[in-house]
Amino acid sequence: MADKNTTSTINLAAAEELPKAQSKFKEFVKKFMKRKTAVISLAFIVFIILMAIIGPYVVPYDPQAPDYTAMMQGPSAAHIWGTNEYGQDVFSRLMVGTRLSLTCALTATIIGTALGVILGLIAGFYGGIIDSLIMRCCDVLFAFPDILLAIAVVAIIGQGMVNVMIAVAVFTVPSFARIIRSATISVKQAPYVEVARSLGCSNMRILFVHIFPGTIQSMIVNFTMRVGTAILAASSLSFLGFGANVTEPDWGSMLSTGRNYLNTAPHMVLFPGILIFLTVLAFNLLGDGLRDTLDPKMN
Amino acid sequence: MSEPLLSVKNMKKTFQANGGMFSKKKLVHAVNDVSFDIYPGETFSLVGESGCGKSTTGKLIDHLIIPDSGEIWFEGKEISKLTEKEMRSLRSDIQMVFQDPYGSLNPRMKVQDLIGEPLLIHTNMSAGERLKKVHELLGTVGLSPSHGERYPHEFSGGQRQRIGIARALTVQPKLIIADEPVSALDVSIQAQVLNLLQQLQKDFNLTYLFISHDLSVVEMISDRIGVMYLGTIVETAPKKELYANPRHPYTRALLSAVPIPDPDLTKERITLKGDLPSPSNPPSGCLFHTRCPHCTEKCKTQVPTPVEIAPGHIVKCHYPELTE
Amino acid sequence: MAEKLLEVKNLRTEFKRDKTWVTAVNNVSFSIQPGEILGLVGESGCGKSVTSLSVMGLLARNSKISNGEILLNGKDLLKEDKKGMRKIRGREVAMIFQEPMNSLNPCMRIEKQLTEAILLHNNFSKEEAHNRAFEVLKSVGIPEPDMTLKSYPHQLSGGMCQRVMIAMAMSCEPELLIADEPTTALDVTIQAQILELMEEIRAKKNTGILMITHDLGVVAEMCSRVVVMYAGRIVEEAPVHDLFADPKHPYTQGLIGSVPKLGSGVESLPSIPGSVPDLSVMPKGCKFAPRCKYATDICHQQEPELVSINEAGTRKCRCHLLNKSGKEA
Repeated sequence: MADKNTTSTINLAAAEELPKAQSKFKEFVKKFMKRKTAVISLAFIVFIILMAIIGPYVVPYDPQAPDYTAMMQGPSAAHIWGTNEYGQDVFSRLMVGTRLSLTCALTATIIGTALGVILGLIAGFYGGIIDSLIMRCCDVLFAFPDILLAIAVVAIIGQGMVNVMIAVAVFTVPSFARIIRSATISVKQAPYVEVARSLGCSNMRILFVHIFPGTIQSMIVNFTMRVGTAILAASSLSFLGFGANVTEPDWGSMLSTGRNYLNTAPHMVLFPGILIFLTVLAFNLLGDGLRDTLDPKMN
Repeated sequence: MSEPLLSVKNMKKTFQANGGMFSKKKLVHAVNDVSFDIYPGETFSLVGESGCGKSTTGKLIDHLIIPDSGEIWFEGKEISKLTEKEMRSLRSDIQMVFQDPYGSLNPRMKVQDLIGEPLLIHTNMSAGERLKKVHELLGTVGLSPSHGERYPHEFSGGQRQRIGIARALTVQPKLIIADEPVSALDVSIQAQVLNLLQQLQKDFNLTYLFISHDLSVVEMISDRIGVMYLGTIVETAPKKELYANPRHPYTRALLSAVPIPDPDLTKERITLKGDLPSPSNPPSGCLFHTRCPHCTEKCKTQVPTPVEIAPGHIVKCHYPELTE
Repeated sequence: MAEKLLEVKNLRTEFKRDKTWVTAVNNVSFSIQPGEILGLVGESGCGKSVTSLSVMGLLARNSKISNGEILLNGKDLLKEDKKGMRKIRGREVAMIFQEPMNSLNPCMRIEKQLTEAILLHNNFSKEEAHNRAFEVLKSVGIPEPDMTLKSYPHQLSGGMCQRVMIAMAMSCEPELLIADEPTTALDVTIQAQILELMEEIRAKKNTGILMITHDLGVVAEMCSRVVVMYAGRIVEEAPVHDLFADPKHPYTQGLIGSVPKLGSGVESLPSIPGSVPDLSVMPKGCKFAPRCKYATDICHQQEPELVSINEAGTRKCRCHLLNKSGKEA
């Protein structure tokens, strides 16, 4: 009787069907769509990225073509965001400038993220002296204000777009290292990581197969927030004259030159300023939205 | 009797507990001089209350933590001093089933990848062979192959524990350490999992080290039992002997404290006074003397040595005759 | 029948999940007399905790009581406003929880937490409140009440914390004590102490206790009557002796069968196949039918009523097959 019972249990359990569950991604999209500000931010970012790709082919004017008959004009039907001191169309320059500003910010953040994540994973997983070493270096970098650090880096390695990227990447690293380290430490304590060890997984497998996926969510969130900061920093650097060639349209340098004509043509500052502001805001709000959606405690 | 599969000799482990910044560091004696043997094909249980060191013992044997002193012999080989790398090849022989069916499965991996992971690590099977084996195992533990495509969060506690058991079985281990495998489950599910464990033991000739706080569950599944208190084994005996004739005062109190689901049964209850002493500051002499109803001066000063009072029945008490 | 301390009638509690309301507790009725311990038994998710929270008026925001009455000494608690409920909670009904460690504020000394509860319901001076706190701690068997009053919760063991929780609950001498899994987080030897203490309180103060637990051993030892819940419904109600001697509902039978009994020497357990249905996808008909080995067509079609099955009306059961064969298994 007893044996019969045992086997019947096993068979019956096999027949048991699970309630239909949605895929994790679908569930995520559904939850994300409920956050209006994040969705609007995402739409705006998609628009900006689109502009970076197709901008040069669709803008109404050649951003580099001077028009000496229409210098420093305010917004009008012909030039909706006015013109600059050479009579170049501000709207066209901004849209085309998207490519440079965004490429710079994104590349810098990606480089900074990659380095920061690797350092954070190593520090969090191995602990001890390696951890102390990495984290103390990060603390040193943290001690300087972001922009000051970037200026220092550019001052050392010289100006230019690539160097601006490197400078921005350098100050992105410590914040990632710190966040990923703490995420690593918390995932490391999950029972399934101990299970992985007991199964005989190598350290590399534990680190990349079992721990790293658990930190991706903090990585994504921090990434979007840092992109905003990077845009701001890249703009600031070109505003200060460390960035790209002034003739190439770029948000920061447009802001910088516009400053000279603040009294006579405020629109030259206003529109680049608004665009930078909105982009940074959008990335930050998207980051907030993603964090809230991904955090299971925030439902 | 045949050679033991696993033999633990005088194993000790202390942890450092963090005191305050200025206070002295405390030492917690988690496992204190534990010795036992497990023979092939049997179920040996460690039972005790929280903080008695039973889970630490399991982890020590599985080499998740390293003992301070003592020896662990597995199949005639001393394993406690192996490095992590040397141990890795042995891990296919010793597998663990964990207490927490929710936390012990990586939530980001599909069930078939979870179960197939030991095969990926320990064998050279191709992906197809692995999947075939995984499907076979899913059937063995009472799930269907289609469940392999799903993620752990879609399963109930009992089903997750089945997945954990299937994973432990993949590499045909000789010893399975089951650390509280049913204590997070509801009673009706608990019975399913216990029956499954017994069935698998018969089918695959497994040896279990079963760790639990639940004396009723332990009675059902074990062949021999070790009762732990404050990091030591106070009594070891074959199951029938232990339940019919418990000799250590702690075992007696423990057994009498278990509520029995039968209102017509009245039994004498030995209620222990006071709380468990802190393992960072264990009592002198016999560790149980602070709560023992028969405590004498000798108990307060001298550590009792284990006495074999019947074949296989070992008690660590100065006065085993008192409880006859 | 004697006067009723607590009477719950046709309670229905729902909570919101993904914009739809799911029923956690459906048509639950039971009563407790003064000095009686009623056991509420079931597995996780059966609605036993939701029932107790409904009585306390402590449901989370996303839930509501959509039907029923909860009468405490004849007074309907559901008609009380927030302020009225606050007066009743602690004074007339008190509750102890499963996790004693987490139920105490870790940043406050025991004395502060205990006197706070006392001052809330009495016009005591601080001095009097302190003395009262000392008294109740002593009454729950804490060896050094002075020391304990000055400690923080993390300095006490789990058993001590649960004693403090009980002291806090008993500080205003409520007539009804709701104990939600009071010993689940404790070790057996400590559990025995706490159960003994609760029995003592009941005998001394004639307190009615609603004992919510999944442990049939605790039920058998403590309770005089038992209500068994499954999937938000009461499936069986009986005096404790009858329930264990002759369980009528197949679920109760399975539950009792699947618990290993200490000293019985069994090596294999009968078990209930399958698992508890999800609240949002309840089966049609009898909620237990998919796991029931006796289930027939009618069980899958139509939900049975909870009916009295003996003349005294002390036993109730919710099963179709009962009426036909009288008894199964």
